[in-house]
Amino acid sequence: MFKEWQGLNKGPWSETIDVRDFIMSNYTPYDGDESFLHGPSAKTVNLWEKCEDLLKKEANSGGVLSIDTDRVAKINSHEPGFIDRENEVILGLQTDEPLKRGVNLYGGLRMARDACSAYGKTLNPDIDSFFSEHRKTHNDGVFSVYSDEIKLLRKHRLLTGLPDGYGRGRIIGDYRRVALYGVDYLISQKKDDIKHTIEMNEHTIRLREEVYEQIKALEDLKVMALSYGFDLSRPAGNAREAVQWLYLAYLGVVKEQNGAAMSIGRNTAFLDIYVERDLKNKILSEEEAQELIDQFIIKLRMVRELRTPDYNLLFAGDPLWITEVLGGMNLAGNHMVTKTTYRFLNTLSNLGAAPEPNITILWSDKLPESFKKYCSKLSILTSALQYENDDLMRDYYGDDYGIACCVSGMRLGKEMQFFGARCNIAKLLLVALNGGQEELQGVQVLPETTVYPAKLLDYNEVYKRFQDYLDILCKYYVNTMNIIHYMHDKYDYERLELSLHDTDVKRYMAFGIAGLSVLVDSLSAIKHAKVTPIFKDGIIVDFEIDGSYPTYGNDDDRADIIAKEIVELTIKTLKKYKTYRDSEHTLSVLTITSNVEYGKYTGNTPDGRRAKAPFAPGANPFNGRDTSGVIASMNSVCKIPYSACRDGISYTVTLTPTLLGKEEEQRKEILTDLLDGYFQSAGHHMNVNVLHRENLVDAMENPDKYPNLTIRVSGYAVKFNSLTREQQLDVINRTFHGRL
Amino acid sequence: MKGYISSIESFSALDGPGIRSVVFLQGCPLRCFYCHNPETWKTNDGMHLESSEVINRVNRNLKFIQKRGGVTISGGEPTMQIDFLSELLEGFKSSGLHTAVDTSGYVSIEDAEKIVEFTDLFIVDIKHMDNHICQQVTGKSNENMIALLKYLEDKQKKVWLRSVLLPGLTDSEEYISRISSYVRSLSNVERLELLPCHDLAANKYRQMGLNNRFSAYANYDIKTLQKIKTRYIELLGEKVVI
Repeated sequence: MFKEWQGLNKGPWSETIDVRDFIMSNYTPYDGDESFLHGPSAKTVNLWEKCEDLLKKEANSGGVLSIDTDRVAKINSHEPGFIDRENEVILGLQTDEPLKRGVNLYGGLRMARDACSAYGKTLNPDIDSFFSEHRKTHNDGVFSVYSDEIKLLRKHRLLTGLPDGYGRGRIIGDYRRVALYGVDYLISQKKDDIKHTIEMNEHTIRLREEVYEQIKALEDLKVMALSYGFDLSRPAGNAREAVQWLYLAYLGVVKEQNGAAMSIGRNTAFLDIYVERDLKNKILSEEEAQELIDQFIIKLRMVRELRTPDYNLLFAGDPLWITEVLGGMNLAGNHMVTKTTYRFLNTLSNLGAAPEPNITILWSDKLPESFKKYCSKLSILTSALQYENDDLMRDYYGDDYGIACCVSGMRLGKEMQFFGARCNIAKLLLVALNGGQEELQGVQVLPETTVYPAKLLDYNEVYKRFQDYLDILCKYYVNTMNIIHYMHDKYDYERLELSLHDTDVKRYMAFGIAGLSVLVDSLSAIKHAKVTPIFKDGIIVDFEIDGSYPTYGNDDDRADIIAKEIVELTIKTLKKYKTYRDSEHTLSVLTITSNVEYGKYTGNTPDGRRAKAPFAPGANPFNGRDTSGVIASMNSVCKIPYSACRDGISYTVTLTPTLLGKEEEQRKEILTDLLDGYFQSAGHHMNVNVLHRENLVDAMENPDKYPNLTIRVSGYAVKFNSLTREQQLDVINRTFHGRL
Repeated sequence: MKGYISSIESFSALDGPGIRSVVFLQGCPLRCFYCHNPETWKTNDGMHLESSEVINRVNRNLKFIQKRGGVTISGGEPTMQIDFLSELLEGFKSSGLHTAVDTSGYVSIEDAEKIVEFTDLFIVDIKHMDNHICQQVTGKSNENMIALLKYLEDKQKKVWLRSVLLPGLTDSEEYISRISSYVRSLSNVERLELLPCHDLAANKYRQMGLNNRFSAYANYDIKTLQKIKTRYIELLGEKVVI
């Protein structure tokens, strides 16, 4: 029992680590509207002004302001850093200066080296030679084990975006534990966990070593916090400390892990308990409560990692995926919207729209109407929110889960995932037709069989071929993932994040597919129209399509059923192959911005799509083919079963404001009803953009006029200006649901 | 029974309250010179579908449209296929949906009686208050429309009126006062929607090889629209939507 816990309802959480129980026993649901919210404090305004200047400088220096090339980034590699000491309420920066990026080496030396040189810097030669000669990295580990077959699939983009040269991310530390229990208690629990090991074998030895590393990370965290003047050994005693403790725990992680997605969890009901207690004790005002949240968000918006320009092609806009989930219901049937949920969203008004943090609304039918309307209002104003189906996920993850990256659910502090990027199943169809040869260069990338003969494509024959090749690809895919995560655990273990998990953690292995709508429409064309292959030098390079066929995205079961079959087949096939650490196979239909890259490396497809043309993002219907209105498009996406795609089904919709109605009040209602309808129809995820196409075209030509224009792409938000021209065009060419 | 359908739009926020699915029926007796849907003019064209097929198609959208919205049947002039229309509306009512019919009012009272029971809202497009000009604009008289609105008032059916803003034809001070006093005289009108004309359908006309008699008209600028709206609000208050 700590003195910091005074005035809180006790329960199981006060005997053992159980953040969920703490929240459920203490939080206050809020049913009202946004009228209580406060604007930014003077300190926040001043601080944010300085940050905006810095952000402008960063944008003008090619996207990276500065890099510390002389140190290996670790929890304690840098002295404390400040932006504006006088106005900073929440302290802590990754390095000693704002927006100065540290270099993370354990993921891969080559990546770090390339990233430095891409921005005109050179990695300190001592560090370079130390890592070349004395310290193997994750990247070295993976490539020392990869087989020739895997390298070939990687090279020819059947498997892409694999986390074999960079940090895998997608692990969410339960940062709340630091605030609730203090670090010393967490350390004592970890020590207890490994006190009694009966047999020392490969598994238990590895676990003991990992927990030892976790404890060391927690000790390092305390040292780092002390350098800012905070004693994290004990629990947080008030709201300000709770925000500060939580942020420092997250900061420790992003200091030393350059992971692909670094979500922050589910914190608003948790923090609200501290805020409510302070408000009740009259030691905090509403303005100060908002100030804490505003300043916390400012810090999150200033987090940076060093990546290569290559990486940005796949994941544009320098994203961190600092995903925070808001809302949702608990298992007792009460909603989890609190005043701090509103305060968190209010940062979009107080600080303006921005891509980070990646704000994710856990939608339920039963959320209070006033909250739904407030979210809709913010979506219409900022296009900065994404929505996910809480009623669907609660069945799998309970009521204390977070979202890693864009759409990956997991119980906080209890579950993690091995991130696996994705395979290109549209390209796989072409490889299957070509008897294992890749269609662009004719390279044999999978075992050789006959090329499909020069005759009408028969659906059953083609499907059988696809199935056979999918099986082989899945085998390689699982093997590849096993190698990657074995090596990541070995050379770039996320010691601080895992210290904020139960020692006995459940693991998912998250596979993914790209090109679903292209594959579905291709198969539908083969089934319902007449498709004949066109050959060049013995390879099928194009198709003649005679007749029309139903396309995915129009609520037409003839096409949509194929999408359902494909995802069910894929997860079933993946599950045939054993995973590293007995992790549970999951599947996502998500592309981020990589749909443009995948398209670039895929030849002409039987649906009539031209070679190199972008795929649709995530689970979206192919651009321009969903012509029956937005509900029909949504109905098609809703037929993809979440039970087969437990790692998420991403759908991005772009609506013009006038489509939603003539008046502001009506627009909020219409968007709310669209979200209700979609999620009641078992849709999993929706990115909502409310934009005029003309504004995007204008923004492409005149970026200076739209410095903060934020749009949602598959699973996250980006500043429009940070996309490549190709990606911008892709966004503009996507189906805009509008009306004459 | 079977009817001729031009298209089914799954989502609209502009054709009645809440989210609507809209069924566009084929056939129209009018030939408004600014028509945006010339593809719906012919009666025996488009998809030939059973009413049950259409109802099933729309019912797929129930989760989106049942809360605050419903289904709107438009055209063309939907009352051209009055028995089919009546069957559709009856079907939608039994699905528990709010129903609206979007009509030019060019329909006999006898036909209107067939659908009034199954229609929650009539959206009536007042082509022109002056019968002579109405005939020039649409090719038909406005007497049916006036009679229909009288009938609907007697029945106390909810009505939304529409007026397309056409430069020089429906936007003068005189016309605005005239239509406003007419609207005020009807007790069952919930709103008056002003639809500024635009030439966005020009491409459709080209594709269909039709002569676009509307091309001389430019789109309205925002300032002019604001002025018109202000005047309408002075006369009719909150009922006016633009």
